[in-house]
Amino acid sequence: MATALTRKDFISDQEVRWCPGCGDYAILAQVQKIMPELGVPRENTVFISGIGCSSRFPYYMNTYGFHTIHGRAPAIATGLKMTRPELDVWVVTGDGDGLSIGGNHLIHALRRNIDLKILLFNNKIYGLTKGQYSPTSEVGKVTKSTPAGSVDFPFNPITVALGAHSSFIARSIDVEQKHLQDTLKRAHAHRGASFVEILQNCNIFNDGAFNDVSDKAIKADHQLILEHGKPLIFGKNRDKGIRMNGMRPEVVQLGNGVTDKDLLVHDETNLPLAFMLANFEPPMPTPIGVFYATSRPTYDSAVNAQLEHAKKTQGPGELRSLLRRGDTWSVK
Amino acid sequence: MAVPPETAQQLGQGSGSAGQRKPVETRPQFVIRFAGDSGDGMQLAGMQFTAESALAGNDIATLPDFPAEIRAPAGTLAGVSGYQLNFSSQPVFTPGDEPSVLVAMNPAALKVNIDDLPPNGVLIVDKEGFTDANLKKAGYTSNPLTDHSLDKYQVFEIEVSKLTTSAVRELGLNTRAVNRCRNFFVLGLVSWLFQRPTKSVTDYIESRFKKTPDVMEANMRAFKAGYNYGETTEIFASAYEVKPAQIAPGFYRNITGNTATALGFVAAAVKSGRPLFLGSYPITPASDVLHDLSGFKNFPVYTFQAEDEIAGVASAIGAAFGGAIGITTTSGPGMNLKAEAIGLAVKVELPLVITDIQRAGPSTGMPTKPEQADLLMAMYGRHGESPIPIIAAATPADCFDCAFEAVRVAVKYMTPVILLTDGHLANGSEPWLVPEPEQLPEIKVAFRTDPNGFMPYLRDEETLSRPWAVPGTPGLEHRIGGLSSEHLTGNVSYSPSNNEMMVRLRARKIAGIAREIPATKVFGDEQGGDLLLVGWGSTYGTLREAVIRMRAKGKSVSHVHLRWLNPLPSDLGDILRRFKKVMVAEMNMGQLLKMIRADYLIDAVGCNKIQGRPFKVSEVESRVTRALEG
Ligand code: SF4
Repeated sequence: MATALTRKDFISDQEVRWCPGCGDYAILAQVQKIMPELGVPRENTVFISGIGCSSRFPYYMNTYGFHTIHGRAPAIATGLKMTRPELDVWVVTGDGDGLSIGGNHLIHALRRNIDLKILLFNNKIYGLTKGQYSPTSEVGKVTKSTPAGSVDFPFNPITVALGAHSSFIARSIDVEQKHLQDTLKRAHAHRGASFVEILQNCNIFNDGAFNDVSDKAIKADHQLILEHGKPLIFGKNRDKGIRMNGMRPEVVQLGNGVTDKDLLVHDETNLPLAFMLANFEPPMPTPIGVFYATSRPTYDSAVNAQLEHAKKTQGPGELRSLLRRGDTWSVK
Repeated sequence: MAVPPETAQQLGQGSGSAGQRKPVETRPQFVIRFAGDSGDGMQLAGMQFTAESALAGNDIATLPDFPAEIRAPAGTLAGVSGYQLNFSSQPVFTPGDEPSVLVAMNPAALKVNIDDLPPNGVLIVDKEGFTDANLKKAGYTSNPLTDHSLDKYQVFEIEVSKLTTSAVRELGLNTRAVNRCRNFFVLGLVSWLFQRPTKSVTDYIESRFKKTPDVMEANMRAFKAGYNYGETTEIFASAYEVKPAQIAPGFYRNITGNTATALGFVAAAVKSGRPLFLGSYPITPASDVLHDLSGFKNFPVYTFQAEDEIAGVASAIGAAFGGAIGITTTSGPGMNLKAEAIGLAVKVELPLVITDIQRAGPSTGMPTKPEQADLLMAMYGRHGESPIPIIAAATPADCFDCAFEAVRVAVKYMTPVILLTDGHLANGSEPWLVPEPEQLPEIKVAFRTDPNGFMPYLRDEETLSRPWAVPGTPGLEHRIGGLSSEHLTGNVSYSPSNNEMMVRLRARKIAGIAREIPATKVFGDEQGGDLLLVGWGSTYGTLREAVIRMRAKGKSVSHVHLRWLNPLPSDLGDILRRFKKVMVAEMNMGQLLKMIRADYLIDAVGCNKIQGRPFKVSEVESRVTRALEG
């Protein structure tokens, strides 16, 4: 396209219908913002979603879009990406859509390493069906369907993705504009299944679920921003760090002889480290950023390479001879 | 025609003498069934005998019968595998009601099959298979070869192991390897008995065992030993010949329903100029379509073995969204799981073909056995008003045409189409007059490219189909989805009247497919008569033959076999009303019957069988006879 695209070019003519104050608005804004920077023609961009609040997303993007059925977006996206590898295919899902009803499709898309950008908006609640607990809700969560508190042990989306050996795994937060943009751009640049968990506030049914990491007043003490090759430092005054104490990580106060040299340095290519960080729970800080990134062949490229190879070695398919294989004879 | 073979004459009287060729009797037709333990190679023997018979110019139809369990213990009833072939000098419609010749390699194979053999039928057994241990495993308390329970048959006891061993002795193979040649000995023997040309078998052995020359040599010797044994032994007085049938000239291929289905899809994709994409999850009896298509990558054909049935259909929808010919294959249990995604394809109006290779249900049922009980599920098995065209194949070779036609209609009308076949068609085979690609109809795919006036749900005036606008096309960026959407724009809409209009438009679109259906052919009394037998799917051959036999007896019985089940042909109502009685025959409790009664208010009656086995011609005949009398 001759003229450079702007954010506006990616805004569809449909009225956005999320609840006022919903974290989804912020995510939509950041996605629309980075789109022109990705250098992908609008017609080559496809957003595919399942069912849930987050899954309304494609209607608001002025690209190709497909709002499908509950949990199945990764499977539908897989068929599209296999046959149209030149397209940029994004999957938008939520904690219910992606980890409950669609958990199977999600883990298989991740393990295959098909080149999809999968954004999982985690608000730890079912919003669209009006407030039941989700597979990421904490034990004890009181909701409409769990008046006595949930007894379900929750999934951690990052460890699920790690367990499926996704080749790119990151976490960001709806309100962290810059961090979210950077994370999305990294996810887009990655070849293979990119999985991004976005902590998203549902102000109607689970308000403040991520306050500790999103509230400006306190977040610095709870967010651990992961940066490849950098020591793990956090805190309002950047005076706390993560140090290994034998086999266990611990939070240490910098100073008094403790320096960044003593701290753990983040390495995106280190799978065991990613597992450890993914399992951080209070009082440990919540890591955001890229947990893990590695390069391995993508499913869609491998499939198409086989097709190309078959064409090269056998020649292009020839229908007449195909039909005439097997047990054949002529009747005069 | 599969008239009962004339087995009344004794085969084995008198003595043949070595060195002098035995007499050859001509017979119109035989039905032979090979039965043995799954490890005995009876499927292979059956298939090779089929190839020989095709080359001999006979009309043929086959029916393999697989054991329910993959690795049932050797010698047990559960492990018996069978293969039936009807070969004839007359047109053949079915694999035959019952065998006239039964080959049984062990007591279990005998026990499972002997009740199907009519009195005086030919029984060839491997005498050495009848050990005490094997008899016990099959549940025999005495040896049927000696207790006179087989006296009503013509029994030929052959020492297959011993004869095979002596044929290959010099090669120094172990017992296991020798035993694996027994099927070729038996194949050689029956090849002699029916005077088959043997070149196809020797060619097969040479190519199949190219990499293991000693195994090749052993099988070759076993095969030839079996053939020569027939000629020299005194057991058989004469050999038989079935003359070539009157068959239209052309190039033929023996083909199973599953392979024909796979090829029909490839042909349709080639004709449409689009890649084929199959999303599928392994399930009996559908997996062979996945296997076949995975070998045709250069066409290009994409095959995706999905994580589950839902992903199988969902991925095909994704591929169709991108402009590929998206198909999925499954059997009943998978259809249940795919229902929601099929509903999505109905709503977003994307082309898709869902093949249901029906098997006996409910639930896991009898996976290797056929049934036709998924028709109403195909019609109505989705929530909401979600009509889908349904096409059903009548014979193994017809699977090719139906798969092709399903794609053609799916693309033309932008709709999912359900193709129904069943386990009987899937594994059964028949000669197929291979078409020239140029004879196949064109499948026109016209992607929308012009942004001027583009609207995702702006319909074609004639077909009512919406444009196929694929990602990657500049200026056509749009969103589709499962939510109710506005006429023309496709934007989400909860307008009550718009919803009703869209539901009615889709219903009209599917009903309009009736214009694609050629005039219904009535076999028999076109102007009406006493009874019209209506069928669909794999019952075709049986029903046709039953009607031919009854007409030969002077009865006014006619036959209509439906290919399209939704929509039904527009001339069907008129035809039904011309007959005093209408009988609908199907392997279910009366599903097409229900549709016909409801649609035409005709007091049709059913002819039903739900045993995981096809109808026999004789069964249909007696039901029709009773209906005529009643
Ligand atoms: S229910 Fe919650 S997640 Fe859904 S739109 Fe409203 S605020 Fe957002």
